[in-house]
Amino acid sequence: MSAHELKSGPLEYRSSQGRMNILGFWIFLAAEIVLFSTLFATYAVLFGRTANAPTPGELFEPSTVLVMTFLLLISSFTCGIAVHEMRRGSVKGLITWLIITLVLGLGFLGFEIYEFIHYTHEGVTLQSSAYWSSFFILTGTHGLHVTLGIGWAILLLIQLAKRGLTPVTSRKVFIISLYWHFLDVIWIFIFTSVYLIGMVV
Amino acid sequence: MQLDEFFVTGEPLIYGAMVSIALVTAAIIFILTYFKKWGWLWREWLTTVDHKKIGIMYIISALAMLFRGGMDALMMRIQLAFPGMNFLNAQHYDEVFTTHGTVMIIFMAMPFLIGLMNIVVPLQIGARDVAFPYLNAVSFWSFFFGAMLFNISFVIGGSPDAGWTSYTPLAGAAMSPGPGQNFYLLGLQLSGIGTLATGINFMVTILKMRAPGMKMFQMPIFSWSTLVTSFIIVFAFPILTVALALMTIDRIFGSQFFTLTGEGMPMMWTNLFWMWGHPEVYIVVLPAFGIFSEIISTFARKQLFGYKAMVWSMIVIAGLSFLVWVHHFFTMGMGAFVNSVFSISTMLIAVPTGVKIFNWLGTLYKGRIQLTTPMLWSLAFIPSFVIGGVTGVMLGMAATDYQYHNSYFLVAHFHYVLIAGTVFACFAGLVYWYPKMFGHKLNERIGKWSLWFFVIGFHVCFFPQYFVGLDGMPRRVFTIIPEWMPLNVISTVGAFGMGMGFAIFVYNIYYSLRYNEREKSGDSWDGRTLEWATPTPVPFYNFATVPHVEGLDAYLIMKEKGQTTFDEANLKPIHMPSNTGQPFIMMSIMFVASFGLVFEWLWMAIAGLIGVIVMMAFRSFDYNDGFYVKVDEIKRTERSARGL
Repeated sequence: MSAHELKSGPLEYRSSQGRMNILGFWIFLAAEIVLFSTLFATYAVLFGRTANAPTPGELFEPSTVLVMTFLLLISSFTCGIAVHEMRRGSVKGLITWLIITLVLGLGFLGFEIYEFIHYTHEGVTLQSSAYWSSFFILTGTHGLHVTLGIGWAILLLIQLAKRGLTPVTSRKVFIISLYWHFLDVIWIFIFTSVYLIGMVV
Repeated sequence: MQLDEFFVTGEPLIYGAMVSIALVTAAIIFILTYFKKWGWLWREWLTTVDHKKIGIMYIISALAMLFRGGMDALMMRIQLAFPGMNFLNAQHYDEVFTTHGTVMIIFMAMPFLIGLMNIVVPLQIGARDVAFPYLNAVSFWSFFFGAMLFNISFVIGGSPDAGWTSYTPLAGAAMSPGPGQNFYLLGLQLSGIGTLATGINFMVTILKMRAPGMKMFQMPIFSWSTLVTSFIIVFAFPILTVALALMTIDRIFGSQFFTLTGEGMPMMWTNLFWMWGHPEVYIVVLPAFGIFSEIISTFARKQLFGYKAMVWSMIVIAGLSFLVWVHHFFTMGMGAFVNSVFSISTMLIAVPTGVKIFNWLGTLYKGRIQLTTPMLWSLAFIPSFVIGGVTGVMLGMAATDYQYHNSYFLVAHFHYVLIAGTVFACFAGLVYWYPKMFGHKLNERIGKWSLWFFVIGFHVCFFPQYFVGLDGMPRRVFTIIPEWMPLNVISTVGAFGMGMGFAIFVYNIYYSLRYNEREKSGDSWDGRTLEWATPTPVPFYNFATVPHVEGLDAYLIMKEKGQTTFDEANLKPIHMPSNTGQPFIMMSIMFVASFGLVFEWLWMAIAGLIGVIVMMAFRSFDYNDGFYVKVDEIKRTERSARGL
């Protein structure tokens, strides 16, 4: 299995197992796209079915959501820098930028938790109506992904500190960077189709 | 919760089942202890990452599930044989048809085929294992524990009773309170994790690990069907994941997706379910097509006719399978336009399927046909499946579907495609690859007895159901009127014929183990593809030297040139993954978490989920990179396996 080792190119692509893991993760992301597409479709079908609960237009706060969006977009950018540092062979740069990425991600999560608590105080919960169920589950699933991503990245930071850059650790970092960018893309769709449309309709 | 709420009480049949479960469990524990086999079980099976052993475990579990689903079927047939039968009451009948459908599709058909894929595909493409052996073990254990979770429902907590489709609002918390429906949701969710992982695993394996020289269009057709199936799995299963999760959240946490209150939409469940459910039908039938293609080509002693057309028709079927889901509920009232669109897309599927039928006939044409048991299963498949397919086109016409919908005509149709397609293929494939798995063939004479009992029983059972359906008998009724009796009696007789066929098949496994001669070479049927190039039993590393593939039917070419997979001059150390107990432990913790959620004991669910996360973290820090098999050991193994 470790037969076809390459001598040059990015570390994470050098072993055949590394190449297979990366391809496997791309396929996993395809499955994730289907998962989120189903949630978006559910949201679209249930849009406007607020029953007696307040409508999204009454509750959504553009400023909070805009801050969240920028936090996550910047974290995607810093994550790109982290991988760039990895390619340069700098463990220190990689760890630094990865930590910055995680701090931004934690900021995003903090705002999301604040947002959910705020809505609960305004009287909407998961149980309020079909629309709010789909809202909380769609955004919550994204938030859960971010949470898991942060936990996962912390495990990788420990491994990087212990082992430095090897074909295995760099593969793991590259894969989590794919995951992180993917969550960013999903958020852009949530921002536009949930928040922007929800505020004007 | 009282103990009599936890255990199902008051049914003599279920008390009987409890006693038999207790006895079988005690017997297994006794045998393992008496013969000191616990260590063997752990080292050789529970911790294995070998694709061949995982495949065997899949198939054994699937046979057990076939037994369970078959017992459900026989109970239903007894109840329906005569008007006014009192064998099962309405509630119990509802539970039995629900578990029959779910078990047969999710825990029998899919695992059986995935088991065959596991054993055969790496061998066919010249690989030493799958791309992710650890993940493969995770897949198996998630299926296994999902199946266990679903199956304990009939003695603990109560079985689901809303049909295998579990339409809301019937399956919602308001109308189906209690743990029954939760068993369905979490059993499927748990095993669904494994199925998705299997899809990813086989896609990467087939795309990346083919033997040198093997182009995509030189791949054996069963490997192609596995690849196409894996695509369908990856794009269909997340829909099921979401649908199940939403209903679970509806039931346990009070959200309003499929409810009648809070402006929920029960019909959305139906759509989501079938957006997965229809592709699922092709997940279980495309590998079956692949198996039949291999067998027909081997025993007609000809190259598969129209190989490229076969591949492309599978790809087209896979694409269309996502565009037809509405035909499962034409009568739900989407309007003429929507129904027409889905009616046409449904009928379109008959085109590539027809191409495949003609290609099988073309392969048989002027072939030197050997009527072995696997070949007979395949020959029985073709006409039986055509009957199922043609009645499927009848059902696909939206206007006429208003007549057939929810009748026994539909029941007959899908049993004709699923049994003649999938179940025949499972038997055929198992008999065909049996020598590769266990080192001896199944007895041909007993095998043919089981085949004739099963095939004739199948037609006797299901052909009358078309007519009783046209006479107006609806599906899912627990009692019949006198006018439907004659055909139902015939049907019940046929069902017992199938039961006999299965019993003879199982007896054949025992008989062949005792008395059949052991295989001397790895090439039991004068095969054409690479799995027959390996010795029997297959060494754990599969190929001592990986052959260079030069065309379709790679092993046939090798045989002509006198090549083997044991090129002594070119042996190199082989890298293999280490065994690990982590997948088994992780998924047993997941089982505990799911069980907690079934009973809505959140503390148990949360504790279990934390356990799973700890296991995943543990895996992240696990840098075990496997081991190397030394050249000497390869030489010794191959020499003794090949009798050199």
